[in-house]
Amino acid sequence: MRPSIAWIIAAKELSIFRKKKSIFASVVIFPIFVGIGLPLLIHFILARSSPVTPDTLSGLLIVVNAFAFFFIMGAATLPTAIATYSIVGEKQEQSLEPLLATPTTDSEILLGKTIGALLPPLIAIWIGAVIFMGLIDYFLFGLLGHLYYPNAVIAVIMLLLVPLAAITAVEVSVIISARVNDVRTAQQLGSLIVIPFALIYVLGEINAFPLTVRYLLILSAIILVVDIVLFRLAVATFNREEILTRWR
Amino acid sequence: MIDTEGLTRKFGDVTAVEDLSIHVGEGEVFGLLGPNGAGKTTTVRMLCCLIGKTAGEARIAGLDTGNEADSLKIRQMIGLLPENVGLYGDLTVERNLNFYGRLYGLGEMERKESIGRFLAMLDLRDKRTRPAGTLSKGMKQKVAIARALVHDPEILFLDEPTANLDPEAAKTVRDFILALKKEEKTIFLNTHNLDEAQKLCDRIGILRTHLLRIGTPEELKESLWGSRTMIQLAEVTDTIVAAVQQQTRNRVVVEDHRLVIDVTNPEKENPDLVQIIVAAGGRVQLVQEFAPTLEDVYLQIVRENR
Repeated sequence: MRPSIAWIIAAKELSIFRKKKSIFASVVIFPIFVGIGLPLLIHFILARSSPVTPDTLSGLLIVVNAFAFFFIMGAATLPTAIATYSIVGEKQEQSLEPLLATPTTDSEILLGKTIGALLPPLIAIWIGAVIFMGLIDYFLFGLLGHLYYPNAVIAVIMLLLVPLAAITAVEVSVIISARVNDVRTAQQLGSLIVIPFALIYVLGEINAFPLTVRYLLILSAIILVVDIVLFRLAVATFNREEILTRWR
Repeated sequence: MIDTEGLTRKFGDVTAVEDLSIHVGEGEVFGLLGPNGAGKTTTVRMLCCLIGKTAGEARIAGLDTGNEADSLKIRQMIGLLPENVGLYGDLTVERNLNFYGRLYGLGEMERKESIGRFLAMLDLRDKRTRPAGTLSKGMKQKVAIARALVHDPEILFLDEPTANLDPEAAKTVRDFILALKKEEKTIFLNTHNLDEAQKLCDRIGILRTHLLRIGTPEELKESLWGSRTMIQLAEVTDTIVAAVQQQTRNRVVVEDHRLVIDVTNPEKENPDLVQIIVAAGGRVQLVQEFAPTLEDVYLQIVRENR
């Protein structure tokens, strides 16, 4: 496995991604919406509940933590748009055969495509998260007397759960893309991966799955195991023999 | 340069290629002719290490296509023009070529030089900043050829390089292949265009799952027809035919005002035949070798093996 080759492929993927304005917009809009819109919602709630009682404030912080979980859901859906296009698009353009004829391995191609699909949403989400944290701190500093962010919960979310969820999305997209010929169908099927994350979010809201560092680390470990299994499946699917003889 | 021995590929119960044994020498242009579904693309894919073989051996420059380590070296030394050009439509012509140049490990200067050279040779210089998806079919094919050559491969595999091209674009591509032939590149050409095979190939193999025949275009023609002489007369009479048949024991066919006669040594036999015809009262208008086309040969071989 030569990372330099994977990077060449990733750079090509990113060049194509920049030309696809609709995909670009879909990847950028969501994190910006979460990063700006949700803190504004908190500000709106604060303005309506003046004076803010300690109970209101603690309730508000639970909501803020829950909002942070939106970034994980974004990470589980946004890479799907790029990953499915990256593979189904190549199927449609029939560009995989000449690529496979170059001195690259299947794993290098898959890694390159994975990096290409991961980087834009991850960067967009991290930028969105910085905006989110800045605005939340701006609105809550006066009430708390200290900065709420950064904290351990958001660190686990941004540095562990977001990348792991994004990897899950890419691997699911690879597996789905091998079996369909239409980008939209692949994206629709791929976006179903958000369901388990949405379920965890709901469990968090009803406090059945507290969004604490401990629980988030357990969740990260589970997703890591899922990712390893999915990676093996994706590697088996993204095999030149399979691509040229079975993919339709 | 390219050697196969008993090369076989099956897809489930379907045999795509069976017991293919060929040798293609360095600098040779070898054509694989066959109808659709004959196994030509499967053969190229096996030779380019894109798919595995079910049985047999395939070696490129002594390297085993079935060996993982060798397959990377093989793919470094070959260039492939697949049946479908497969360019990245959103990327410019130059970026398409640059991407492949980088994958083949070319440095920036090498890439620039190579891309510039092929864009010039293929008359694509003014298209270098155009997205590949906006080009005509012929232009795309030329870009795909440049892509296959960007790393100066020792062996070039061309799978139906002129399929679906208009005559002018097809001629440009053929002329370019002829130019590569002059540079003594080893070329493995899949085609069902017989005229193309005859013009470009040093040797031809006719494939229909099995290798039916192999040889130079001339050998293939001779293997079926041998030599024939066509003598056109003002009038063909029974007396003339009888006189010719007395002279030669070979087959004599009468077609309108023409006699088509099987000969083994045209230089020796033709003057005698003309003399006999004139003596029998015939007026000779034209004497020429009766040359079957490669198409005649191909169709007969394929029909025989149906």
